[in-house]
Amino acid sequence: MDVLGRYRNLIVLVGVLFAQVLGLAVQVRRTTDSEPTRLIRIWAVGAVTPLEKVLVWVQTSTGGVWHNYFYLRGVRAENRNLKQQIERMSLEQVRMSQDADQARRLQALLAFKEQFISRTMAAQVIGSSGSELSRSVYIDKGESDGIKPDMAVITAEGIVGKVLRVYRSTSQVLLIDDQTSGVGAILDKTRLQGILRGTPAGEMVLEKVMSDEAVPAGEMVLTSGGDGIFPKGLLVGRVTKVAPGNELFLNIRVRPAADLSKLEEVLVVTRIDERQAQPDQAGAARAVDILAERLPTVPSKPENAVKADTPGAVAPSNTSSDAKPKAVSPEASAGGGAPAARKTASSPSSSSGSASGTSLGTSAGTSSGNAATATGTPAMKVSPKPVKAAETPKPQPAVEDSPH
Amino acid sequence: MAITYTSGEQVEVYRFSIPATTLIPLTAVFLQAWLPLRFPFFTIFDLPLLVTIGFATARRSPLAGLLTGSVIGILQDALTHHPIGLYGISKTVVGFGASSLGIKLDVEHAGARFLLTIVFYAVHEVVYFMISRGLVGLRMAWTWPHELLSGVANALLGVLVFMLLDRVKQRT
Repeated sequence: MDVLGRYRNLIVLVGVLFAQVLGLAVQVRRTTDSEPTRLIRIWAVGAVTPLEKVLVWVQTSTGGVWHNYFYLRGVRAENRNLKQQIERMSLEQVRMSQDADQARRLQALLAFKEQFISRTMAAQVIGSSGSELSRSVYIDKGESDGIKPDMAVITAEGIVGKVLRVYRSTSQVLLIDDQTSGVGAILDKTRLQGILRGTPAGEMVLEKVMSDEAVPAGEMVLTSGGDGIFPKGLLVGRVTKVAPGNELFLNIRVRPAADLSKLEEVLVVTRIDERQAQPDQAGAARAVDILAERLPTVPSKPENAVKADTPGAVAPSNTSSDAKPKAVSPEASAGGGAPAARKTASSPSSSSGSASGTSLGTSAGTSSGNAATATGTPAMKVSPKPVKAAETPKPQPAVEDSPH
Repeated sequence: MAITYTSGEQVEVYRFSIPATTLIPLTAVFLQAWLPLRFPFFTIFDLPLLVTIGFATARRSPLAGLLTGSVIGILQDALTHHPIGLYGISKTVVGFGASSLGIKLDVEHAGARFLLTIVFYAVHEVVYFMISRGLVGLRMAWTWPHELLSGVANALLGVLVFMLLDRVKQRT
């Protein structure tokens, strides 16, 4: 008894440490992803996150009042710049929608399946783990909002991470730069695939790329879709440094596109759809037709110009010749090079579909762009024959196609 | 520098009220989780560790120190995605050590507190490093400059935290 009293503190210390080591061993033995959330985590998150939510709400409310009502300096100039940017992007959009149309037709020919983000949910980042070694954040959406584990979390700049644990009204998101995370990635130009992992220092490394490959610094890294969490084609980051690594692989450092240290709002991908191109579309569009669209075409003469060729007729050549360049110019300036005739024939449906597709694509990656362009399917059935379209040479629809 | 060896009768033992005992660790854990979002550099600090050391040295009871450390550590663990117990074990050791040392040393002065915090920060990091590598299998990077910088930064903040704790502690 005397010995027990003398070493009481030490005995308690050993007991507490032993209990915790035992608990650790049990947790390590189990796979952390499949086990249900521990009660102690629920309590801790329940104690901390309500206050975080309140603080974030107060911060965003006061910040909103300040930025929306008082601090409006430079808004006019910014508005002007944004309008100019919209104009530039609109022209680019026309070209991209044509490329997307063509890609979709080719995919249809190959019975290609494509993934796209069909539903997202905006969430506010309310807290972090508070540890340098656990790179995770908490968002203000949880089970009651339909969030589930392993959902992808993204921003407009790039991917952020995946949902790890879901609580009633909050969720824990594991960031892509954590050492326990892994993302299937592909290099944009060289098309080399690898696994993107975080390091203990909070950097990201693209692994499993053979050392005999040439990877230039600055190349974009995209999701490959191989991990089953992130859809293919989302921006991850850029290569910053390439060095010989261990064994046969390169050590490729990647800087994340999204600023993971200053996250405020994120999008949780709550639904990813996989769609295969319709077989009838594939039948309607032959490869030779698709290639023919790319070839330069001779614009057919409008009716009144034809009449002008006939002897004795008064040709209103000015109007017709004026109309023709107007129809062609938006596409030509956008660099698409596709004939205006096809554009006029397929304008109403395809333009709406592709326009929304491109705008989505800029925010949520190329996959969403594919999704939206898929809605413009009726345009597929229009045979891209210049002669047929030239029967109705209306210059306006081509202008209307540009999504102003 | 006023680290003086004192007999058990000379040192004063303090206690904290129940609200302070509950709310101060909770606030520390909350701030540790919230501030890095606004100030990313804040991750080098470990507020719960500073509170553990502060409580332990003021109470000067090894039992109270290790229990406080284990509770704060487990609470901190619960917010990470790592197994629960990494911070728990580290802070248990720190709580026990700080309170044991608090019995023997006079740690009422800022200089002593500064040194004490650096020492226990190092102890905390070493224990955490060993457990996470040895038991959990996490890849850990030990970088001396980073650890030294963090130790000094935590010690500076610790002096301020201990001054705040001085205001709420009560003489027994």
